Amino acid sequence: MPAVSKGDGMRGLAVFISDIRNCKSKEAEIKRINKELANIRSKFKGDKALDGYSKKKYVCKLLFIFLLGHDIDFGHMEAVNLLSSNKYTEKQIGYLFISVLVNSNSELIRLINNAIKNDLSSRNPTFMCLALHCIANVGSREMAEAFAGEIPRILVAGDTMDSVKQSAALCLLRLYKTSPDLVLMGEWTSRVVHLLNDQHMGVVTAAISLITCLSQKNPDEFKTCVSLAVSRLSRIVSSASTDLQDYTYYFVPAPWLSCKLLRLLQCYPPPEDGAVKGRLVECLETILNKAQEPPKSKKVQHSNAKNAILFEAISLIIHYDSEPNLLVRACNQLGQFLQHRETNLRYLALESMCTLASSEFSHEAVKTHIETVINALKTERDVSVRQRAADLLYAMCDRSNAKQIVAEMLSYLETADYSIREEMVLKVAILAEKYAVDYSWYVDTILNLIRIAGDYVSEEVWYRVIQIVINRDDVQGYAAKTVFEALQAPACHENMVKVGGYILGEFGNLIAGDPRSSPLVQFNLLHSKFHLCSVPTRALLLSAYIKFINLFPETKSTIQEVLRSDSQIRNSDVELQQRAVEYLKLSSIASTDVLATVLEEMPPFPERESSILAKLKKKKGPGAVSVNELEEGKREGGELNGGGGERGGDNSTIAASNASTPSPSADLLGLRTGPQVSAAPPSAGSLLVDVFSEAGVNDDGFLSSAPPSAVSEDAAPPLPESNELLNKFVCKNNGVLFENQLLQIGIKSEYRQNLGRMYLFYGNKTSVQFVTFTTTVSCPGELHPQLNVQAKPVEPLIEGGAQVQQVINIECLGDFCEAPLLNIKFRYGGALQNLSLKLPVTINKFFQPTEMASHDFFQRWKQLSQPQQEAQKIFKASHAMDTEVIKAKLLGLGMALLENVDPNPENFVCAGVIQTKAQQVGSLLRLEPNAQAQMYRLTLRSSKDTVSKRLCELLAEQF
Amino acid sequence: MIGGLFIYNHKGEVLISRVYRDDIGRNAVDAFRVNVIHARQQVRSPVTNIARTSFFHVKRSNIWLAAVTKQNVNAAMVFEFLYKMCDVMTAYFGKISEENIKNNFVLIYELLDEILDFGYPQNSETGALKTFITQQGIKGQTKEEQSQITSQVTGQIGWRREGIKYRRNELFLDVLESVNLLMSPQGQVLSAHVSGRVVMKSYLSGMPECKFGMNDKIVIDKQGKGGTTDDAGKSGKQSIAIDDCTFHQCVRLSKFDSERSISFIPPDGEYELMRYRTTKDIILPFRVIPLVREVGRTKLEVKVVIKSNFKPSLLAQKIEVRIPTPLNTSGVQVICMKGKAKYKASENAIVWKIKRMAGMKESQISAEIELLPTNDKKKWARPPISMNFEVPFAPSGLKVRYLKVFESKLNYSDHDVIKWVRYIGRSGIYETRC
Repeated sequence: MPAVSKGDGMRGLAVFISDIRNCKSKEAEIKRINKELANIRSKFKGDKALDGYSKKKYVCKLLFIFLLGHDIDFGHMEAVNLLSSNKYTEKQIGYLFISVLVNSNSELIRLINNAIKNDLSSRNPTFMCLALHCIANVGSREMAEAFAGEIPRILVAGDTMDSVKQSAALCLLRLYKTSPDLVLMGEWTSRVVHLLNDQHMGVVTAAISLITCLSQKNPDEFKTCVSLAVSRLSRIVSSASTDLQDYTYYFVPAPWLSCKLLRLLQCYPPPEDGAVKGRLVECLETILNKAQEPPKSKKVQHSNAKNAILFEAISLIIHYDSEPNLLVRACNQLGQFLQHRETNLRYLALESMCTLASSEFSHEAVKTHIETVINALKTERDVSVRQRAADLLYAMCDRSNAKQIVAEMLSYLETADYSIREEMVLKVAILAEKYAVDYSWYVDTILNLIRIAGDYVSEEVWYRVIQIVINRDDVQGYAAKTVFEALQAPACHENMVKVGGYILGEFGNLIAGDPRSSPLVQFNLLHSKFHLCSVPTRALLLSAYIKFINLFPETKSTIQEVLRSDSQIRNSDVELQQRAVEYLKLSSIASTDVLATVLEEMPPFPERESSILAKLKKKKGPGAVSVNELEEGKREGGELNGGGGERGGDNSTIAASNASTPSPSADLLGLRTGPQVSAAPPSAGSLLVDVFSEAGVNDDGFLSSAPPSAVSEDAAPPLPESNELLNKFVCKNNGVLFENQLLQIGIKSEYRQNLGRMYLFYGNKTSVQFVTFTTTVSCPGELHPQLNVQAKPVEPLIEGGAQVQQVINIECLGDFCEAPLLNIKFRYGGALQNLSLKLPVTINKFFQPTEMASHDFFQRWKQLSQPQQEAQKIFKASHAMDTEVIKAKLLGLGMALLENVDPNPENFVCAGVIQTKAQQVGSLLRLEPNAQAQMYRLTLRSSKDTVSKRLCELLAEQF
Repeated sequence: MIGGLFIYNHKGEVLISRVYRDDIGRNAVDAFRVNVIHARQQVRSPVTNIARTSFFHVKRSNIWLAAVTKQNVNAAMVFEFLYKMCDVMTAYFGKISEENIKNNFVLIYELLDEILDFGYPQNSETGALKTFITQQGIKGQTKEEQSQITSQVTGQIGWRREGIKYRRNELFLDVLESVNLLMSPQGQVLSAHVSGRVVMKSYLSGMPECKFGMNDKIVIDKQGKGGTTDDAGKSGKQSIAIDDCTFHQCVRLSKFDSERSISFIPPDGEYELMRYRTTKDIILPFRVIPLVREVGRTKLEVKVVIKSNFKPSLLAQKIEVRIPTPLNTSGVQVICMKGKAKYKASENAIVWKIKRMAGMKESQISAEIELLPTNDKKKWARPPISMNFEVPFAPSGLKVRYLKVFESKLNYSDHDVIKWVRYIGRSGIYETRC
């Protein structure tokens, strides 16, 4: 853009700007601006037309004022007028103003678009460029609509100047990014791809950005670009540094273009055509070779450009992951950078090596740099680089070097930055578990970990060590001994106490033979830590004590003494108090046999994915630890603790083995691997069904529905069966709401007065994760003012086989007939699943039972004698007429079942009050079965007619 | 209490920095500059809280005075002190400007040491300060004078020294009022109040005891009950209701509380005897009648009439009417019968100035404003028309009934004192909506 030459300079503008700069205070500046604005307004208002120069000058001033932060609400017209000028400077200022202050005034937009169109169709390349730049700068949808068709034509037209092509390519890229639906390449595709062959390097550079973006969206259409890109690349790479003249940057030929080409190639798998592939490999080799050459210049720009290409090439090599030779060479090259004095290079080298380490070809090569990396971890000054080094160590770890790496990471942990400690702890824990050959080593490592960085050891880590110790017989004795020794340290971390309490409680007997660790010594050691611990730990210790009583009867009196002390048995914490009381009683009442049964050693835990891995995954997001690696981890983790085939221990049986009542601060058994709900894993779904639904769920027809194929983004219409679903839940609050091949939805709900809370459990029945899982609850139509439903957000990702929970709060504002709709959307293997269900919220849920005597009942019954207050239905029984079942159903309805009220003992009468926020509706019910005819007569009377009717409808379906 | 005091120039450079307490660090100086002086927003709150430190500032022309504290102090006290500080500086070296502050650098530090001690405000009476902080350096003083200073600084009557003698005993009394008004376009008073000050300049010998009387409603009513009931009835509105008032430290508050009489031993020289506020029965000196007519989208016709509403024998001065114009004004034509009117683009207003105007007169201005059509849908907010003036009476109706001087030791009586009384009513925020 030509600078404003002296002769062309706008004096008025310069004076104005210098005035503003000289203002001593904000107020003075505002005054000056007001004055100038008034001046410009009077000039624009003036009857005589302004010449181009002054128009330009005033528009410039307005622009300057706008950039100072003041509102400008006029001058757009003048700017648009400038667009039609033939002078470059005036046109330029016009476009500048328009791109900075776009106004959504439709008339103006039309004028602007018109002016742009004129410029685009003019043959003047500078004008075309200005217009294209304006479109790209504004990039609005309107612009895209107007010009998306025009620009590709300019881009591929044979007679377009190079500079215009360049602008057109970038302009199109911008429009594509803002409104991809409007930019349709179609017929232009092949011609755009062939821009890669253009003579002009600038055009190629611009076009390649566009092509990269487009091919990321639809790779197939642009497949042909691969061979073109390869040949382009090889021409650049093999050219001497002087060949490309203007495009040689500090002796590196076209570095930007090369980088972009390499990046484009990363969008595609390795080329299948042998010749192309050979050429590409040759290119990559040349790039790697060039990195070895002595630098042609000492300038930093030279090495930056060279390294940029190199790193891009290495990413491509890693992306292909098929050329062992190249991978190893890349690794060696990165190895050199590891000791480079440039921090950024070291960072990048470590980062790239992390990905290299996961490739089977280069894993070994990466391992050779272990010393350097460890050194980097210790000596590096920049924390982000240290973090990368730690990542790399983690990535390069395998069976052969695990001990060394874990030791190094442990020693680093003592000095590590606080921000990465937790992650480091997780990594150490995972590595120790994954590559443990020797369990004593594993136990040592984890205990060390707790000792060094106790605060950063999350629950999962110590849960895991206990799981492993319990599942491995051979390590238990050693673990007990080590823990005992660790606890003898004067100050030990609470996590250590937890592990210690648990392990000694289970396996303290294994070391009791040694007089130095006799039962009493063990107990005293544990109890000495008791007062320093938080409530959950204390609870755990209490459980350990009762286990001691079983293991070592000789400690019984001591422990009972402890339990009996006021600080336990009258503890203000309910959980602790309950444990103390129960354990005390248990120890004094139960016989040794019973004790031994109740306090039996914990059965081995069932195999499951290491909770630590899950945690790390969550912490870092899926990208950070590659999926391969995770799966590998899972596999190896499985090997580790898969020791015995005995997997009998289900959670429920473990629960039974513990005397304590299950409580939120669940303890010994509470190796909570996830949210508490996973205690009923999806596999146990059938169990859930058995418990809650008397009619086996799978018998009901509605469950066989195929995965819904309606995959529109809108909420699907409710399933046809959803009314039946609703009826199923009239008389009960818990059960399975819905089930198909993919998904199971369980329900638990509770109601009090006019408020209710519903827990929905979404279980993923597949092994693939559901993504973008969203649920919405809505109250359609007239239900909206009657019911207030609030759903807490649910996690958007459900792992295969996992279950998530959602809480829904319900408030009944008035009586209602409809049910709220639950809409569920998620992606399963890319396909959108969309289903709608009715939530089983019915008016009877808000019943408060009312007990009354026979006299009262009939008095009220008579009071409600208006015809609209009564609803009656006579219907045939659809289930067996079992009195007990009917009673259970009526109780489930929420009303009080009144005995000895009706003169006929066969009949059932109920009374209840429906609590809504607005009012209370008293209701009375009378159900008269006729066993001979297999018929029922159901009569409902309530103070509100709609309620009677609705209740009658609901109930008629139940018997 | 005040932890420190800083004075900045308009660029935010520190001219004076005096820290009284250790809890104020050096970074407080920068915090104020960054967060207040260099802040982008136009409206700055006088009290700013930055990182648990409170900054109270006042601005005099381009100079910022900021008091800093970490404690929960009485903000009104701090501002009172800052204003006092401005008065003291003005009394010593005239206008507060960067130039003057730089020239009187040592003096200001000396003053700051005197009027604030460990952040607690001390005697800030200009007259008293001038006796021991002088710009010329302290002249050789006799032992007597020195002991007098000591007794004054420590004594009961800190505002006056003993042994003052004048050949002519003179007393000047100014009643300065500013009247604030907000009026609806229809002429309804939406809010009005007068805040006034009684400023005295006394040149009296010895230690005189003064008694000041005005037409305070409570006092008059009390007297009326005592006997002369016809006095109140005769002249309609003779007494005024004072909503609240504050006094100079020399006034004996106990006496005011019990008898509502204002008696005091005055300081020497100029001082402010009392401040008060009234809201009832205010005489509005001017009435503004606006007439705004929009003619199409590009033209606005404005006609404003002002009527003076006081005795024809009195003359109002320095009258200025400010008529705001829309933000898209592109040209203005003004016609006025009296005075001069001009469109000031930098202030977005037409300013109409009249030098003098007698009571019970009226004058008129009409203006045609041309507008530039904008594509902005926002309507012009029509800010109120504001007015400035000065009138030679007290709009609150306050009258000085007497000012008696008693000096028992020296031989002059009340009659020998020459007394001057002057009333000045000024406009405060005097606005009429249009």
